[in-house]
Amino acid sequence: MKWLLVALMVGATTAGEVLQAAGMRRHGEIHDFRLGAIGRALALLARNRFVIGSAVCMAISFFAFMKLLSVSELSFAVPVSAVSYVMETVLAKYVLKERVSGLRWAGALLVIGGVVLVST
Amino acid sequence: MTSEAARLRRKTLRWKTWICVVVVVLSNAFGDFFMKRGLPDSARLSTPLDYIATLFQPWVALGVGLLILWQLSRMALLSWADLSYVLPVTSVGYVAVALIGKGLLGEEITPRRWAGIVLIMAGVALVSVGSPSTAPTVQAVGE
Repeated sequence: MKWLLVALMVGATTAGEVLQAAGMRRHGEIHDFRLGAIGRALALLARNRFVIGSAVCMAISFFAFMKLLSVSELSFAVPVSAVSYVMETVLAKYVLKERVSGLRWAGALLVIGGVVLVST
Repeated sequence: MTSEAARLRRKTLRWKTWICVVVVVLSNAFGDFFMKRGLPDSARLSTPLDYIATLFQPWVALGVGLLILWQLSRMALLSWADLSYVLPVTSVGYVAVALIGKGLLGEEITPRRWAGIVLIMAGVALVSVGSPSTAPTVQAVGE
């Protein structure tokens, strides 16, 4: 049960975050942080297919996380989500076409190692 | 764009990025904390209605509010920064969760956990040296 929830959470998180990044990249940089402008940006984003898809995935991931929290400790539930990290960095390179420099890979590896240590 | 304007833009981007990262990290860490604090013990989450009802318990509602703020600030950050930049940099959240555990729940931070915290911070430092954005950007219109 626990690991099924972990798998569901990690899969949904990865898909959701990559879709979110793709959607926001399409939307373009947000410059204006006044309330009205944020409202207009939200109205646009609500019709952005990538953002809608990401919201669905995030909702699945959120309820899986809730259930996971009720059957395990926070110090287990939060760190296992680091698995989605590796998958997302790879997808960032090949799907989002980001230039993942050596520095970024090194940093990502250090972070993953750190997350495992913190969580176990 | 003159080099002066380009320099100013890089500086603004850096500030904007860091402020946004702080909001993302804190809203995530405290959101998770209040969720855990408010969640009832296992078994009670059995029907879909239980999940919905749980959302309206005060601590859980506060947690959910913070997690909504987390998502919105993260979306703003992703509108100009790469996912492969945002992921490591916002992982400071794991450190924040450990420190919240120590500060508010009296949990002990073991040497192993401190080692993990040092690794995470080193990784974040490496990634944040570079520019937050490398992917071809679409210039925002109508803003």
